[in-house]
Amino acid sequence: MNHFGKTLLGALFALSCAAPVQAADTLMMATTTSTQDSGLLEYLAPTFEKETGIELKWVAVGTGKALEISKNCDADVLLVHAPDVEKKFIEDGYGIDRRQIMYNDFVIVGPKADPAKIAGKTTAEALKSIYDAKAGFVSRGDKSGTHSAELALWKKSNLNPDKEPFYISAGQGMMATLAIAAEKGAYALTDRGTWIKYANKQGDSNPLTIVVEGDSALFNQYSVITTNPALCPNVKPSLAGRFEDWWVKPETQKLIEDYKLEGKQLFFPNADK
Amino acid sequence: MGYFSDGMHKALGLLLNMDDATFSAIQATLSSTSCALVIAMILGLPLGFLLGYASFPGKKALRLISDTLLAFPTVLIGLIVYVFITYRGPLGQFGLLFTLPGMVIGQSILALPIIVSWTAQAVESLDKRCRETLLTLGASPLQVALYTIREIRYDLGMVCVTAFGRVVTEVGVAMMLGGNIRYSTRTMTTAISLETSKGEFAQGIALGLVLLLIAFLVNFLLAWFRRMGRA
Repeated sequence: MNHFGKTLLGALFALSCAAPVQAADTLMMATTTSTQDSGLLEYLAPTFEKETGIELKWVAVGTGKALEISKNCDADVLLVHAPDVEKKFIEDGYGIDRRQIMYNDFVIVGPKADPAKIAGKTTAEALKSIYDAKAGFVSRGDKSGTHSAELALWKKSNLNPDKEPFYISAGQGMMATLAIAAEKGAYALTDRGTWIKYANKQGDSNPLTIVVEGDSALFNQYSVITTNPALCPNVKPSLAGRFEDWWVKPETQKLIEDYKLEGKQLFFPNADK
Repeated sequence: MGYFSDGMHKALGLLLNMDDATFSAIQATLSSTSCALVIAMILGLPLGFLLGYASFPGKKALRLISDTLLAFPTVLIGLIVYVFITYRGPLGQFGLLFTLPGMVIGQSILALPIIVSWTAQAVESLDKRCRETLLTLGASPLQVALYTIREIRYDLGMVCVTAFGRVVTEVGVAMMLGGNIRYSTRTMTTAISLETSKGEFAQGIALGLVLLLIAFLVNFLLAWFRRMGRA
């Protein structure tokens, strides 16, 4: 190898393989995509780090995968939104100290023409109409919090659309799922935050509109959970405790309330006082 | 379609304003990619050379395996390494998941078959008669091997650039093993996929253009080295 090659190789090595410096106190959080994609985490993280001195790192995946990451001890804490699945997770002993911190809501969106005539109906009736009309419906299909909420709604209506040709399982994130619904003229269940962003991008050419909203069945609760340190000795319970305390304290709850996306409030704090 | 012009505009803005997040992503991309490349070169160049130069039983089979691995889906590499480095996996105690070193492991595995197969290919493409002539002229086997390396040095440069291109643009391994953590393991490609999922297409295109620019600079540097080497 010639001289230049050696210099190049040496430079590459020096540049890259130096060990990264780890901060003393770091918490790894597994969270759902909506908290990241809505910009909430980037808005809150600097305050959290300043007030607690803990560096917060997060991976944003669907709620299902977030819980799986915690089961494997690869995250210290969780911020997720699938209450039924979470309660099972706690019962099975994988997580401790679940605290509710905030909520927002889901909405059902669909083509402006509303082929299944569901505008203004309750969620259960709306799903029944979509099912009977065989109107298109795009599902996340990725075990995310939104997906499990959608499955629970179908189940509550005693319907199983899984094998029906009108039911499209996208296996993608919320924004991509909305894009598919728009292309196919289909309905979809979405969290309000992603919808606001989507509608804002599309402007007047948006083929979709909100058809069902405000039903208590569409309530979307977010909670924080700590990975059980008894199962995962690498979890730092004292840091995780400070993390959970931080979320429920009034100042943080106020910050959440003040967060606006495109001029609209996105998350509603409801921590137990 | 204002996305593209908007993207160009934003790309310039990101670079000129020294945007923190962008520079952290560029840094993560360059350090993990170059580290993976160095590891893959250290392992792959000698292996590839042996595979092309020496003859031994099982050589054809090895070559076939290496060629097949060229088509290794990045997500599968990510998944396999994930299983090994998760806390509950065999290498769990090192805490590699969602760190740059964890990502480097996956990326090295991705680059390795490219370097091995293409190095072997470069050695094989040399005229066989050269080697025979050198041997009849009384060169020692070591001298012949050194001569061969000298002859293919520019091909080796090309092999490394190709491996660099493959690693720097992939997203599966970086996303699964790095976890797309802000200011830590967020690379250019995972940032692009994040911006896309947020619906910020222009920002995604901007980052893509920056990535292309980096690739261009690397190739330009290598072309320059090559010219200097010839002079």
